[in-house]
Amino acid sequence: MAQSIVEIKDLSFGYKGKLLHHGINMTFQKGKVVAIMGGSGSGKTTLLRLIGGQLKPTKGEVTVGGEVVHHQNREGIYRLRRKMGMLFQHGALFTDLSVFDNVAFPIREHTDLPESMIRDLVLMKLNAVGLRGAHALMPAELSGGMARRVALARAIALDPSIIMYDEPFAGLDPISMAVICDLIRSLNDVLGATSIIVTHDVEETFQFADYIYFVANGVVAAEGSPDELRNSELPFIHQFVHGEKDGPVPFHYAAPEYHASLLRGAR
Amino acid sequence: MRKVQRMFSKLGAGCINKLWRLGAGARLFWLTLISSGESFRRFRLTVREVYFTGVLSLIIILVSAFFVGMVLALQGYHTLQKYGSSEAIGVLVALALVRELGPVVTALLFAGRAGTAITAEIGLMKATEQLSAMEMMAVSPIARVVAPRFWAGVIAMPILATLFTMVGILGGYLVAVPLIGVDAGAFWSQMQANVDWQYDILNGVLKSIVFGVACTMIALFEGYDAPPTAEGVSRATTRTVVTSSLAVLGLDFVLTSFMIAV
Repeated sequence: MAQSIVEIKDLSFGYKGKLLHHGINMTFQKGKVVAIMGGSGSGKTTLLRLIGGQLKPTKGEVTVGGEVVHHQNREGIYRLRRKMGMLFQHGALFTDLSVFDNVAFPIREHTDLPESMIRDLVLMKLNAVGLRGAHALMPAELSGGMARRVALARAIALDPSIIMYDEPFAGLDPISMAVICDLIRSLNDVLGATSIIVTHDVEETFQFADYIYFVANGVVAAEGSPDELRNSELPFIHQFVHGEKDGPVPFHYAAPEYHASLLRGAR
Repeated sequence: MRKVQRMFSKLGAGCINKLWRLGAGARLFWLTLISSGESFRRFRLTVREVYFTGVLSLIIILVSAFFVGMVLALQGYHTLQKYGSSEAIGVLVALALVRELGPVVTALLFAGRAGTAITAEIGLMKATEQLSAMEMMAVSPIARVVAPRFWAGVIAMPILATLFTMVGILGGYLVAVPLIGVDAGAFWSQMQANVDWQYDILNGVLKSIVFGVACTMIALFEGYDAPPTAEGVSRATTRTVVTSSLAVLGLDFVLTSFMIAV
């Protein structure tokens, strides 16, 4: 069996007295591209923050490379984070730094390499995402898809063994989407890393992910390879994969009975 | 009855919220102090912020100083002349600027010009997940973003206040001597004789350092604590000006009473 690099065991998390997850179990194996899917607001991004140690679980644990994340002190968490790269939903590029300096940022912060070597490394990373020619631009001059690619180059600047993607396809045109899909797969294989993708884009994800977890109502509702899930008979998975507007996930937000609301004049 | 109950619970919630923010602000201040090593090891980071907070505030500070000095001389002359002591105009202008107006007006202008910029910048960095991204790269945003801005504010404020005082005195001189015709020798010599190095000048500088700590820390905290939305950042920016101004005026009274008592 392949070695697992990140494990989520019996995890519950909540805030303001409301539980978002109840007993989640997930395993992320080395070298695989694993997707976490689910509707908006199902707590997918929160799972990435729990893996990165930005949040602490209410119950259960998250281990990275065999170490429990929330048992670490600040230095321990920072040490674990150096093995991780994260692509944020809108890139989160530093707006006061150029594309080059954004990608160089983690290298300059964590190493004492000479400037000539940093230059080579940054240009290699930018070349990998096809944006070597854009190194002098500022983030405000980039399109959404380009910003996401620069952020990806920054996330892989220190050759992480775990790359996390938070909604990498949100708001992208079809061409940019295809480019990002291709990059996620190829970077994962070239770096020998493990990729964790949080998304709700069914088509793209099913094309390249090795394994998929579906999160709904705070639990793992289904898991399996793309083919297994495509043929799933579970009503929720069927509704999600085929994009049906009504089903186990109702079209209407919970509300009092329609007729009664109108008659009472209540809101 | 229920209305009264609701009023009290609202008052209580408001007080708890204020206390909580005070505690959170103190915590950020402490974390900033213990994370300050990098701001000095890589002094370049701090110098860059001194440019943004200090150098870019120069124009508003210097122009205001010039007008404040001129008005002081006009008003002072008008009153002093009634008592036949219009030569004391130099001392009046210098003491008012060195002891009070220099540090206080500079701090108020600084809060409006640089404080708001700091709050908006940090608030937006938070809203666009730049601070989270830095955290995920194992780089502490407090050491990398907050601390250099804090020290930049603390360094810039006394320098700005000193420049304010100097330009204010120049403005006062231009009104008093060439315009009104007070004797230049009397203007400068009275000033020289009556302004004390330690009691007046050093105390003024000390005040501006305290104001620098207060204004910058308030601006940083408001930005760091702002809800990551457009409305949240705009409210935080307003709060920066209001809280900094009140803090400066309140602290000025406390510091002045200590300095006069000593």
